[in-house]
Amino acid sequence: MRANNMVIQSKSAQHGSSILRMRGLIRKEFLQILRDPSSIAIAFLMPVFLLLLFGYGVSLDAEHVPVAVVVEDPSLDTANFTSGFYGSRYFNPVTVRDIGTAEQELRNHSVDAIIYLRSDVARQLRSPEGAHIQVIINGVDANNGRIISGYVQGIWSKWLGNRALARGEKINLPVKVEQRVWFNRELRSKNFLVPGLIAIIMTLIGALLTALVVAREWERGTMEAIMVTPVTIRELLLGKILPYFILGIGGMGLTVAMAVWLFDVPIRGSLWLVFVTSSLFMFAALGMGLFISSVTKNQFVAGQVAIIATFLPAFILSGFIFDIGSMPWMIQMLTHVIAARYFVAILQTLFLAGNIWSVVIPNCLALIVMGVFFIGLTWKRSVKRLG
Amino acid sequence: MKPYYRGIKLIKRQVLNIQVPEPGSSDNINKNENIILEFSNVEKTFFEGRLKDYALKNISLGVKRGIITGLIGPDGAGKTTLMRLAAGLLTPDTGQISALGMDVTSDYPAIQATIGYMPQRFGLYEDLSVQENLELYADLHSIPEKSRPSRYQELMKMTGLAPFTSRLAGRLSGGMKQKLGLACTLIHTPRLLLLDEPTVGVDPLSRRELWNIVQHMVKEEGTSVLLSTAYMDEAERCEEVVLLYEGKMLGNAPPGQFKQHLNGKSYIVSVSGIKKRPVQEKIADYPSVIDAVLKGGGIRVVLDVESPPNIEKLLPGVKGVSIEPTPPSLEDSFISILRSRQKKNERTGKKPSRIDVRYQLDNSNENVIKVTGVKRRFGDFYAVKGVTFEVRRGEVFGLLGANGAGKSTTFRMLCGLLPASEGTMRVAGADLRDAPAEARSHIGYMSQKFSLYGSLSVKQNLLFFSSAYGLSGSNRGARIKWALDEFDLLQLADSNSIDLSLGYKQRLAMACALMHHPDILFLDEPTSGVDPIARREFWSRINSLAEEGVTIMVTTHFMEEAEYCDRLAIMADGEILALGTPEEIKAGQQSSDNPDPNMEDAFISLITGKENENS
Repeated sequence: MRANNMVIQSKSAQHGSSILRMRGLIRKEFLQILRDPSSIAIAFLMPVFLLLLFGYGVSLDAEHVPVAVVVEDPSLDTANFTSGFYGSRYFNPVTVRDIGTAEQELRNHSVDAIIYLRSDVARQLRSPEGAHIQVIINGVDANNGRIISGYVQGIWSKWLGNRALARGEKINLPVKVEQRVWFNRELRSKNFLVPGLIAIIMTLIGALLTALVVAREWERGTMEAIMVTPVTIRELLLGKILPYFILGIGGMGLTVAMAVWLFDVPIRGSLWLVFVTSSLFMFAALGMGLFISSVTKNQFVAGQVAIIATFLPAFILSGFIFDIGSMPWMIQMLTHVIAARYFVAILQTLFLAGNIWSVVIPNCLALIVMGVFFIGLTWKRSVKRLG
Repeated sequence: MKPYYRGIKLIKRQVLNIQVPEPGSSDNINKNENIILEFSNVEKTFFEGRLKDYALKNISLGVKRGIITGLIGPDGAGKTTLMRLAAGLLTPDTGQISALGMDVTSDYPAIQATIGYMPQRFGLYEDLSVQENLELYADLHSIPEKSRPSRYQELMKMTGLAPFTSRLAGRLSGGMKQKLGLACTLIHTPRLLLLDEPTVGVDPLSRRELWNIVQHMVKEEGTSVLLSTAYMDEAERCEEVVLLYEGKMLGNAPPGQFKQHLNGKSYIVSVSGIKKRPVQEKIADYPSVIDAVLKGGGIRVVLDVESPPNIEKLLPGVKGVSIEPTPPSLEDSFISILRSRQKKNERTGKKPSRIDVRYQLDNSNENVIKVTGVKRRFGDFYAVKGVTFEVRRGEVFGLLGANGAGKSTTFRMLCGLLPASEGTMRVAGADLRDAPAEARSHIGYMSQKFSLYGSLSVKQNLLFFSSAYGLSGSNRGARIKWALDEFDLLQLADSNSIDLSLGYKQRLAMACALMHHPDILFLDEPTSGVDPIARREFWSRINSLAEEGVTIMVTTHFMEEAEYCDRLAIMADGEILALGTPEEIKAGQQSSDNPDPNMEDAFISLITGKENENS
């Protein structure tokens, strides 16, 4: 009886099936994902929440800006000028009697700008020196201030043009600018925010979730128990990468669908290319997650490190909101180690411009390098040992 | 020894129907002294910051084929390190380890593929069911699909988990989790089984079942087992024992050989008509006495000389005392070995002096704790279903029960941390419902986890707890000085409490709980994991506190500690099954099968009786 057992044992130790072990590990991982509400929340609820928050809540467009219009001496000319504001979707003008009240309203943020036409404006208009129109803008939010200033100038020049036309005069502009906006004709900030956001969400699923679940195995002692079995490091790593890869691609599909159908973001590149590039990014993100958890072995620390080392940089340094080109050169150098940077560039291109190979290929190469680096590093570091 | 084995047979019939080996039967197997696991000159160090800390020093030992070898030693002795080295999870700094004819250091993947290893907290996947956990391990060990159903069935039958296969592992009781862990480890019938404290924190009933499974594997499959434990009674059941202490091996022999040097040195002192505790204290102070503990109806005494002691000299002027020799136990031997080592290291085992209390003993029949018909409900579930008991001033009252019996809930209610759903509780004259703050000012509480601030020094911890209890100024200063002095913590006053050894942590925790002169001290499993010497010191302190009139309420898993109590209550499913002195409780469980049950037998008989009644 005993001898028999020994023979069976030694045989199975040598010829144990790797496929069987992988099947066990992957099935286990999926059961855990299905039963653990926190994984589901991170993989599906968080992306939906973030996408809704950023899709609806954050807009970099200035629309319906409340402005106070102060006309001290209303006349046909001034009415002509201010009608430009009333007719625009960019402004929500309110007529205020005197400048004092308007300043008060600017201070308590009920308006963002004041258009001030003094009592002598009608007279000045007829003089050769021209008229002075005062525009006061709340410059606390510099970006918003700049946008408002641009819009006001636009209305002003339009009015000037109309006025000249009405008088049958010609205005002599030395250079005429004809603007054409490519890729995002309506200049909707959603169109470029949402693709970037998808990259951020993928970072979250890929790095944070893997970092947490591997650290959990160390913390609960399941890793120690599982090491003393015939399982190999390769199987352990693949057993983590494959399930979360599938989960990540699932999250990706969900966010792409939301982007297209909920936020009307155009998708001009090929879907298969979106899939291929996100797969590459997933490997890089999973690699980072695995690496973090193999170093920390503690859920709390792994979570903190994952957020600080992957999620936050992806948020700030990927070009998702803040333009990389306008960062100081040191920070620009730093962005090259952020995997999300490449993926944001790829996704924005694929969504808004199409299959632009000269953008996609170099960024894909960078993702491959990062993925190979992190997974390789984790592989090298991992031994079936504790110390 | 005899009643011990009878106890196992009893369980065998009632619970598992497994053949238990007779004491001598395994001798035939280990006649060929085949070594399955061998350590030679193994050293392992860990670095704590810049400090080199020896986990194991020059260990050489051989684990024999086909028997159970017990690895005993207090916490921090290096048991887990030794287990992990044997499993190839750690590499030794120097020396060689071989198992199953392979070198563990170089061939560790092969070793890990072959042996069975159950770490201290067996890593079950708690969100997987019992069946799914088994399937995972079957997959990992590539068990052929054909043979799985019969193997699962066999393991489930052996562990008694068959009715729970679809239950999530996280919902199992502590004992059931350990049994499932063992089942997962046994799925491929390993030839060498390493079990790291499989019974820690497990109630006595589950402990016996675990032991039955292991013994079954040894007998039926010829498995060789290395099992670490802190329980001396478990060590007695091993054929071979390895004693570790502070990383060094103090012995490797069959239990009988360990005890040999104590032949004629162990005695039972029986007393009648007087309090046992002062007698025990007196005996312990006697020069040639190594150990004196309350046991059964008397006091177990171990001497370092072979001549029977003169009772008149030992206890001058005390009447009603008799002394009889008794066979030495492994625990006697363990204590004497450790004590002699400590003398060599010149470590002072400071005897606690009398601890002052606010209220002097005035009326010994006064009830300081009075619990009447108390229930506690969580949703639809009653954790405590109507308990009634009283505790007198200066009494040591023990609360025993399996995991989930309602001990902790009762405890938390008494400390005013949890309101009772029904019934009344009076503590130190105050009703917990009306005046919880007043009641709480009379209570000291020491939790199982010691609740110390790890990053604060010993002194800062004392300062914090005394302030939290409302002490200030010179009063507080004097109290801190007392605590440092009394608990021998002066030299460690500025060390962070996280760096203390478990025994010192326990001392500090107790000092913190005593800062405000409580009348009642609640101790929640205060000695789990603490080495036996520290445990004795701890109980000696408890005894002197009780003599001073402090009422002690304690929960424990150690059956021998139950014997140290004046009275105890055994709980199961939120009810008190038995209440009385240890002698009364044992006497209540006498049967024709077992005319002289020990505390563990009595406990198990009570619990199984209750279970049979329910089913």
